Amino acid sequence: MFLPELAQSLLSGVLMGLIFALVAVGLTLIWGIMDIVNFAHGDFLMTGMYLSFWMYSLWGIDPLLSLPVSGIFLFFLGVVVYQLIIRRILGAPMLIQIFATFGLMILMRYVAFYFFTPNYRTIQHTFLSGSIDLGGIYLPVPQLAAAAGAFLTTGAVYVLIHRTRIGGALQATAEDREAAALMGIDTDRMFTLAWGIGAATAGIAGSLLSIFFYIFPEVGGIFGLIAFVAVTLGGFGNVAGAFVAGILIGVIEALAGHFYDPALKTVFVYALFLGVLFFRPQGLLGVK
Amino acid sequence: MLAAAVAYPFVFRKPFPQDLAIKIFLFGGLASAWNVLGGFTGQVSLGNAIFFGVGAYATAVVQTHWGWTPWVGMVLGMGVACGVAFVIGYPCFRLKGHYFAMATLAIGEVFSTLFMNWQWVGGAVGVYIPLRDDTWKYFQFGTTKLPYYYVTLAFLVLALLISEGILRSRMGYYFRAIREDQDAARSLGVSARGYKLSAIGISAMITSLGGGLYAQYVLFIDPPSVFPMMLSIQVVLLAVLGGVGTLWGPVLGTVILIPLSEFTRIYIGGTGSGLDLIAYGFLIVLVSVVQPRGILGFFRKGGNA
Repeated sequence: MFLPELAQSLLSGVLMGLIFALVAVGLTLIWGIMDIVNFAHGDFLMTGMYLSFWMYSLWGIDPLLSLPVSGIFLFFLGVVVYQLIIRRILGAPMLIQIFATFGLMILMRYVAFYFFTPNYRTIQHTFLSGSIDLGGIYLPVPQLAAAAGAFLTTGAVYVLIHRTRIGGALQATAEDREAAALMGIDTDRMFTLAWGIGAATAGIAGSLLSIFFYIFPEVGGIFGLIAFVAVTLGGFGNVAGAFVAGILIGVIEALAGHFYDPALKTVFVYALFLGVLFFRPQGLLGVK
Repeated sequence: MLAAAVAYPFVFRKPFPQDLAIKIFLFGGLASAWNVLGGFTGQVSLGNAIFFGVGAYATAVVQTHWGWTPWVGMVLGMGVACGVAFVIGYPCFRLKGHYFAMATLAIGEVFSTLFMNWQWVGGAVGVYIPLRDDTWKYFQFGTTKLPYYYVTLAFLVLALLISEGILRSRMGYYFRAIREDQDAARSLGVSARGYKLSAIGISAMITSLGGGLYAQYVLFIDPPSVFPMMLSIQVVLLAVLGGVGTLWGPVLGTVILIPLSEFTRIYIGGTGSGLDLIAYGFLIVLVSVVQPRGILGFFRKGGNA
């Protein structure tokens, strides 16, 4: 009885963890490249969820098809946010940077609240339904598809950062802003790109999540905080680290929720976060 | 100014202006308390709601569980909050910048979740403070707001006097030295951790007292109302808006923002539509982008605000 339960929660944890990983990847990209904490990251995700929700309920477009729209829209939203707000506070004290993105978070959250009401919504009857039976372990197809999508997107970001010229320029900017500028890299364009990609990944994560998760204005809070934890665990700016940390958090949440108390599962995640901050500030995978 | 504050409730006798003033005093005190830690020593805490909640719960629980007077609860709460502050501060002060801020934010969420699930203090249901007749002993007044008005005014004055005292003392110089350059301060023999612990302890005790006063004013508390992340952030916002690290900055920010948010809440957010919070978020972004030095920055140039 114990082993199947363990396997079930491990697998559920991994599926959810892959989504956490995708959300964290966008955040770690922005954080690593420009040392700015984006409190509104979870609300980019919320925007993606609502985009998919409305395209589904107004025009019957399946979330799997609205996903690219969500990614592109959020890319431009990220670019606009960078150009209008972030660019002006690059040299400002940390407190001001925290506040700018925090204000943005409240703004986005309550715009959603105002227009879409605080009601919880779900998308019913998508292309994907049912579950796969693996000898007593059930994997719901929507979660499985969302996790696969998250895995592919995270992989694409990884390849972009580590295997392309633009990725090299992004990494150089993260390493040393001035040196990169001296080498002829337009750092302003790199920052813009980082915000675009960061927001787009959150938007895609939102669309994937909308297949099986509740959609409500404050949903970003949950995922934003978990993304912070994953970024810290994985090491700031480390895409592969955020990926591993996201899965780890998903598993810890699932195990704590199943075997201890669902209401306290986030406490375990935060405890892990604080433990890593105190004892391994470079992150679980990071090097000093 | 103090005379005007004392005379105010005799001019404005309606509940709304008095309630507004009470909120300003309370938040002014909370923002000043944050300023001792975040402004003077530069340690950006995003978890001050922890101390607020501890104070509120201590004040409420001594009444519901043991029938004691809330005044004892407030003193007890201050002690507990100070202890909690040391426990949080000791490991967290090793962290710098974003890391310290994120750690305090996470600890705040942990406190909120734990209180949600701690049945002895009411769990998610919260605590109703038993209603009584108007007495000072139990600090409850159903028919008049005047006692709350003067007590919260005294709370703000106390917070300002403590801040002023710190700024003028040797400790204040050490606080600022730590903020400007911790390594340099330490190399001159300033015990950075000791002074930062003093700052968080003072900040926690004032904040906790504010929590106790709040509990007595509204007579009902639950984790979302006294441990919210929004409160932690709001006190910082008030200080940032007015001018971080200055004596009057937090009060100035409060005097501007609290009436603004109360009026918008009543006139455009009355139906719970969230429109007031949209305006609030927009304002925060605007202030950050346009005047990163806070409102005091408009008046002084080159000052260390």
